[in-house]
Amino acid sequence: MFVSLVKRPERSQWMVYLSPVIALAMTLVSGIILFQLMGVESGKALYAFFVEPITHKYGWAELGVKATPLILIGVALSVGFRANVWNIGAEGQLTLGAICGGGVALFFYGVDSVFVLPLMMVGGILGGMMWAAIPAFLRTRFNANEILTSLMLTYVATLLLSVLVHGPWRDPDGFNFPESRIFSDSATLPVIWAGTRLHLGWIITIAVVAAVWVLMSKTIVGFQVKVVGQAPLAGRHAGFSVNRVIWFSLLLGGAMAGLAGLFEVSGPIGQLLPVISPGYGFTAIIVAFVGRLHPVGVFFAGLLLALSYLGGESAQITMNLPLAVTGVFQGMLLFFLLACDVLIAYQFRLNMTRGAKYG
Amino acid sequence: MADILIAAILTIITAATPLVYAALGEMITEKSGVLNLGVEGMILVGAVAGFATIHSTGSAALAIFAGLAAGALLASVFALLVLGFQATQVATGLALTIFGIGVSALVGQDLVGIAYDGLPKISIPLLSSIPVIGPLLFQHDILVYGSFALVFLVAWFLKNTRPGLVLRAVGNSHDAAHAIGYPVIRIRYMAILFGGAMAGLAGAYLSLAYSPLWIENMSAGRGWIALALVVFATWRPWRVFFGAYLFGGITIFQLHAQAFGVGVPAQIMSMLPYLATIVVLVIISRDINKIKLNAPMCIGKPFHPTA
Repeated sequence: MFVSLVKRPERSQWMVYLSPVIALAMTLVSGIILFQLMGVESGKALYAFFVEPITHKYGWAELGVKATPLILIGVALSVGFRANVWNIGAEGQLTLGAICGGGVALFFYGVDSVFVLPLMMVGGILGGMMWAAIPAFLRTRFNANEILTSLMLTYVATLLLSVLVHGPWRDPDGFNFPESRIFSDSATLPVIWAGTRLHLGWIITIAVVAAVWVLMSKTIVGFQVKVVGQAPLAGRHAGFSVNRVIWFSLLLGGAMAGLAGLFEVSGPIGQLLPVISPGYGFTAIIVAFVGRLHPVGVFFAGLLLALSYLGGESAQITMNLPLAVTGVFQGMLLFFLLACDVLIAYQFRLNMTRGAKYG
Repeated sequence: MADILIAAILTIITAATPLVYAALGEMITEKSGVLNLGVEGMILVGAVAGFATIHSTGSAALAIFAGLAAGALLASVFALLVLGFQATQVATGLALTIFGIGVSALVGQDLVGIAYDGLPKISIPLLSSIPVIGPLLFQHDILVYGSFALVFLVAWFLKNTRPGLVLRAVGNSHDAAHAIGYPVIRIRYMAILFGGAMAGLAGAYLSLAYSPLWIENMSAGRGWIALALVVFATWRPWRVFFGAYLFGGITIFQLHAQAFGVGVPAQIMSMLPYLATIVVLVIISRDINKIKLNAPMCIGKPFHPTA
């Protein structure tokens, strides 16, 4: 072989941060090729996708609106991924959060009290936690793979939401549309930037990012999570309980996904609909990886992936491109990132010469 | 009564066939020591490629081949990443699914709303006219026959052939296999491609025979159910086959129960296959020794030849 992979003596810290940047650049290049293949003017398409959405104040606010669930879920999932706990059912936990939190809103429909919104948040968090507790229980008690159970529960959650909005929770004055009542003002998140849809959830998200940062870098819980993930044997000798880490990771993921779901229905949407998320729970997995499983990284990765949603909508409106382009971009970004990550632990070496070459 | 029963069993066969393909393919991949979570994505690209081909050429043979090739092509991306670039298998598999959903929706946007008659049924002369057994076993489309053949082939390959033994060796101890001189990476490459090709066939069956049309995300979690089936079957081909028919049965049962107007909302019945997957997974995983005894020992572990 002409080029071979050689293990680096030490993991390259440089590459940890450079890899997402290279991946993004490669995604853009592939995007140009993709647009050419589709017969679309690629300069215009890329502009519509990545620049146009943030050329105005409303766009920046929308970036925050879309980034809120992505960051909130991504930051929680990254804790679990560090511990090798693969909760990929965040989409379902988000849905349960929306159901439970939205249920509170419908129960107190017309009640004008400052306590409604906090209660809804508690409902959302508990709903998400409850849904995540199932895979946690099945994994710790019966050794059932949490990837598969949490994912199956996502399908169940979506169907459950569908039952509710088609049946008991349907708006009595809604002409039989599968929608709940529109939440009353006391059950709607306050907007924090006048004239936009940016809501209180954005502030809470930033607080959560800071809290998880402290949790992971300064507390014994964060230390346990990292040890159990990287060196399970060492963790066992230190007396750390793997099961507790599994429970903690899944419940945290569920809680934040549930909260994100509640934010969606009491913020931008304002009611319960059969579909309440364009796959935020899945995209958050990409966010966690692009963000290097670090809270600050996740924050920026969340903004980037939020832009891909806005870009998809903008390109659909201005250039009549299919919305599915968003998913293609997201998938490519993760592919390239995973490929570039090889450079953290390995380096390419040309076999002809002695010198190391960084690819 | 017999007619109704035959009709019911026939629909179970159609529901089980895609699962047979996808799960047997994934089983071979896992036997080589690689966990590919991208089955759902590979099924979808297989489905859209198959349907696009039948729409533009009208040839069923080409369409089936296109599905197979598309699944294998996507799998080769996975293989390149996890074998060539040492990427994490779990994350790469997830990326494959996300990418597959997006790409299939993009390619298929112009195909929505077009119908196709479905793959032609091939009746085997004489045998197909036997009462009861004839319609059950000898009046199917080519992919159903193929799924019967596949389970025999896979079982025979793993148990009785030398390459099958080598595949299992690579999955159980890649270091030992490498030391003896087997090309671990190349064998895994082929196993991953086979898994992708079979997932592609599963997709082609969905869009050409099961419900001959294209809808975004039409696999509806079958890729994940296939992954669970492999665990349920403890990596044994005949149990995979049996499991696929069990799930096919559950899927059809919930459809019929809806049609008969059971006093339960349709969505609750639709939850059944997913809930059944969880239950089955729990039952089989409960005994940790059983899993340990049967699972390929190197599954999910990266291999980097040092010498």
